[in-house]
Amino acid sequence: MKTRIAIRWAAALAVLIALPAVLSSYQLGLLTKMLIFGIFAMSLDLLLGYAGLPSLGHAAYFGVAAYTVGLLALRVANNFWLDFPAGLAVATGVSALFGLFALRARGSYFLMITLALGQVLWGIAFGWRSLTGGDDGLPSVPRPRLPLPWPLTDGGPFYYFVLAFFVISILALSVIVRSPFGRALVGIRESERRMEVLGYDVWRYKYVAFVLAGLFAGVAGNLFVYFNGFVSPSYLNIVFSAAALLMVILGGAGTLVGPALGAAVIVFLENVISAYMERWVLVLGVIYVLVTLFAPSGLVGLVRQRLGSHPA
Amino acid sequence: MMALQIEQLSHSFGGLLALSDVNLAVAPGERLAIIGPNGAGKTTLFNIVTGIFRPSAGRIRLLGQDVTRLPPHRRAQLGLARTFQITTLFPRLTVLDSVLLAVQGLDPVRFTLHRPREAYGHLRERAESLLAEWGLADRCHAVTGRLSYGEQRQVELILALAGAPKVLLLDEPTAGLSPAETASVAEMIRRFSRDTTILLIEHDMDVALELVDRITVLFQGRVLAEGSKDKIRSDPEVAAIYLGTDDA
Ligand SMILES: Nc1ncnc2c1ncn2[C@@H]1O[C@H](COP(=O)(O)OP(=O)(O)OP(=O)(O)O)[C@@H](O)[C@H]1O
Ligand SMILES: [Mg+2]
Repeated sequence: MKTRIAIRWAAALAVLIALPAVLSSYQLGLLTKMLIFGIFAMSLDLLLGYAGLPSLGHAAYFGVAAYTVGLLALRVANNFWLDFPAGLAVATGVSALFGLFALRARGSYFLMITLALGQVLWGIAFGWRSLTGGDDGLPSVPRPRLPLPWPLTDGGPFYYFVLAFFVISILALSVIVRSPFGRALVGIRESERRMEVLGYDVWRYKYVAFVLAGLFAGVAGNLFVYFNGFVSPSYLNIVFSAAALLMVILGGAGTLVGPALGAAVIVFLENVISAYMERWVLVLGVIYVLVTLFAPSGLVGLVRQRLGSHPA
Repeated sequence: MMALQIEQLSHSFGGLLALSDVNLAVAPGERLAIIGPNGAGKTTLFNIVTGIFRPSAGRIRLLGQDVTRLPPHRRAQLGLARTFQITTLFPRLTVLDSVLLAVQGLDPVRFTLHRPREAYGHLRERAESLLAEWGLADRCHAVTGRLSYGEQRQVELILALAGAPKVLLLDEPTAGLSPAETASVAEMIRRFSRDTTILLIEHDMDVALELVDRITVLFQGRVLAEGSKDKIRSDPEVAAIYLGTDDA
């Protein structure tokens, strides 16, 4: 059983490593974006799928990391060893701060507070033109220069750069969700009251999960601003947060791999219908309805049903 | 030192006085039943002892320590465990997973996140031995929500036992069970370690009388009577309540 799973993972990784050989540079860019958003969706899955915390403001940590890296690279120095950790530190710091407020609430109140907190950052990015460029965003963010034989300005090397972070993230997260800490999160999702009387400091678990989710969202935000060369307030706002929730639900909350797949599907669809961007919110809504009606446990749930295996 | 000592405890929900000047002391290893009609305040008392509610007035001492202001998880770590009147298990987890959570709750590794739980074999050993000891080994991979009601009550008891508690609060463990299931749950309680102090809320007088050493009767938030089984059985006030208002 264990070796079969290991073989499957190795095969998936081999495919991801080989893909650049057969993809056009445009397609490779799309795949790179899928991996970045995959990290973002998995970070939210830690909250929604494992801890049962439906955050509707998760774009905050992605966006704040992207802005931090963008601003530092443009205004201070394009130094990976400074900018990248700074992006993570700010994302983690903001989630550590927001978590103090958000975790006072439960259920739909939690959803509303995370939404409100996220919109505060959006408002700042939108309004503080001299720093953030306001609506125009930050253009021409350079990619980092690393002492590698291949420049990251090329699509291929940058893809492998992102893939490395994707693999590290999925490995780290899958250890976390299988650890005593991660199993406790699932217990908290199922019954907070029960966990309290079993000796768990429920708040502390939720808070650490919240901050960790912010950290991994920061990884995605950092990579995205390098990838895109541009960040605007729309990467902080509610539509992006809602899209992230949809990636998780579409793929299958509480499965990690599912949300990564969900992210790939959403990125693909966004690309296909980019001509009708003003309809994007409508499209997201329709997907949401279809998923809740026909695949309530997401794509992974559908596959498991076919294979007749039980959820983990 | 008392295992549990409750001093001048009062609690009100808004205007409703659910508990009023309750005093109670339970010695280590003692088994005490708390009986009383619906709404007497029995579950509220357990909720206050476990820290789910903060009392309006009064003090709680657990094993000599004042725990009145401690949150529930700290009390659990001192050796307090409970079951719930309304079954609130982990309905979507397997029986083994649920028991693992209970075992892990008081283990030093409960907060580690850099290694999978399988790396800590002692957790699984303990969970499996609990399930074997209490006759649920063959159900360990069943999803808890799909168990029979009687089996769910058994899981409920196993979760409470997992941390080898010093003080155990059981809130109507046999409620809603058939006579046969009631007998098997009662048998289970009888087999609990004699070192564990037990407070048992029980509607079924026969079950209560059989399992405990002493009885406290709660009525409208007050202690109406307290004493040995014989004393309670022959108390005219208790008889009046049980004839007049008991619905069991
Ligand atoms: N969370 C709450 N909020 C408001 N009132 C409550 C709450 N919990 C209990 N009560 C009230 O407090 C009183 C005591 O309730 P409690 O549940 O402690 O009774 P009980 O003795 O356990 O009864 P039963 O035998 O029905 O379980 C009741 O009048 C009940 O309605
Ligand atoms: Mg009750």
